[in-house]
Amino acid sequence: MAKTIEEINEKIKQGKAVIATAEEIIGIARDKGMSCAAREVDVVTTGTFGPMCSSGAYFNLGHAKPRIKLGGGKATLNDVQAYTGYAAADLLIGANALPDDDPRNRVRPGEFNYGGGHVIEELVAGRDVRLVASAYGTDCYPRKNLDTLININDLNEAVLFNPRNAYQNYNVAVNSSEKMLYTYMGILKPRFANANYCSAGQLSPLLNDPYLKTIGIGTRIFLGGGIGYVVWNGTQHNPEVTRSDNGVPKRGASTLAVIGDLKQMCPRWLRGVSMLGYGATLAVGIGVPIPILSDEILNYTLVSDSDILAPVVDYSSTFPQREPEVLAEVSYADLKSGSFKLNGKDVATASLSSYSRAAEIAVTLKEWLQQGKFLLTQPVKPLPSIGDSIVSKVLNERS
Amino acid sequence: MKISHKLVLHFPPRIVEQPVINNLIKNYDLSFNILKASIIPNQEGYVVLELSGEQDKYDAGIEYITSAGVKIESLSRSVLRNDERCTGCGACVSVCPSRSFIVEPQTRLVSFDNNRCVACGLCIKACPPRAMEFHF
Repeated sequence: MAKTIEEINEKIKQGKAVIATAEEIIGIARDKGMSCAAREVDVVTTGTFGPMCSSGAYFNLGHAKPRIKLGGGKATLNDVQAYTGYAAADLLIGANALPDDDPRNRVRPGEFNYGGGHVIEELVAGRDVRLVASAYGTDCYPRKNLDTLININDLNEAVLFNPRNAYQNYNVAVNSSEKMLYTYMGILKPRFANANYCSAGQLSPLLNDPYLKTIGIGTRIFLGGGIGYVVWNGTQHNPEVTRSDNGVPKRGASTLAVIGDLKQMCPRWLRGVSMLGYGATLAVGIGVPIPILSDEILNYTLVSDSDILAPVVDYSSTFPQREPEVLAEVSYADLKSGSFKLNGKDVATASLSSYSRAAEIAVTLKEWLQQGKFLLTQPVKPLPSIGDSIVSKVLNERS
Repeated sequence: MKISHKLVLHFPPRIVEQPVINNLIKNYDLSFNILKASIIPNQEGYVVLELSGEQDKYDAGIEYITSAGVKIESLSRSVLRNDERCTGCGACVSVCPSRSFIVEPQTRLVSFDNNRCVACGLCIKACPPRAMEFHF
């Protein structure tokens, strides 16, 4: 049995495609058998919704009268630092950017109630945002100051462009020390009192296509409530990690760089979030459709929480000191049970990634496909995979 | 519905000698239990009391003493969830000492049981989308 993306798209247009979420497909294959499920089901939809720090957006504001050259100047959006290294009317804001007057961790743990992620959420929600800018003035761009409200509807372009999203598996964070830790993985209580994880497990896009056989440059996806595209591998993309027999990575592995028109997204799926003592960031909703082109690809989508192992990492020493030690491996089934055993002791678990929202994304994408609103794309180039000489490097400091 | 709240009433000097509490009890059919008090004629005073009664009468009584010039503070605070902001991630689950957050095993939706909550506020700062709020 082999299908092509063109054949599946034809069925989608006719409203005849059979779509299942990555949760549903497990039961379908169990009831009907693998080959039958692979023949009948055309697309499996996935989803994930969690904090993804390497996210941001760029805008073209339209030119002011008289003109001002933001490039090389300074600009803030609702007091949050924006990046002005591009042309006169282009601006970029990263999810982790903070207002200059935010106290950071001066009194620990800092609250980080507002940052770049929140600015992006407010723009997407259609709220006015204050742009304050200063420039040095040129003959062609004489203006030196700007203070105005802007609105997403008035911008020429507003584009979400995230250099690293949808991590294929991730660390489970614990704390062996005697003091409370405030990390990007949440609050970690002393002496292994809790463990935080951050993956949608069996619903997660890249865990359902572990070797990225269908996902590549040009893959059309659900992004922030609208339509987006995979444009490149994400930063820190590393397929060369230890894997289970089913091919699923046992460490953080592949990642995606994604892009999409911010104007058609919504704040339900782009949410500014604050990590106590760490910073502000953006929770992003992503869903990837996996075309069932063969029995092999179907087999990958049958992965369930009990088949996916995540590394338990100590964030009191190992992580900050960049030591490679992994304390244990634990399945997402165990993580979702509420606690797991680590060195004979029960450790309470909590998730930073919303599984209920991930499921909602998979269902939404399924509905779009059923309604013919969303067609699959053939990637124009695969992402680097095993054997493509990807080496994960560390920073070697030198003078 | 009968309700009961612990309140701190601050009396400014000009009303310390007026029968405010007597009026409150008589006209609004409320009962009270004074927990602590200090009222000195012509000076500021305060009363800490537990005030109980029917909701509508309680509300009317609070309106009366407020309009009489008494400043009210609540001794009890409660934590509420802003469901519009909550993303259902579950970061609150393991920080809560009273196990007020329960993850429904099938849907993975996170429910918040206000009755178990001791209003310590740990979840408020731990919540990434800042969906947990104090209410007085």
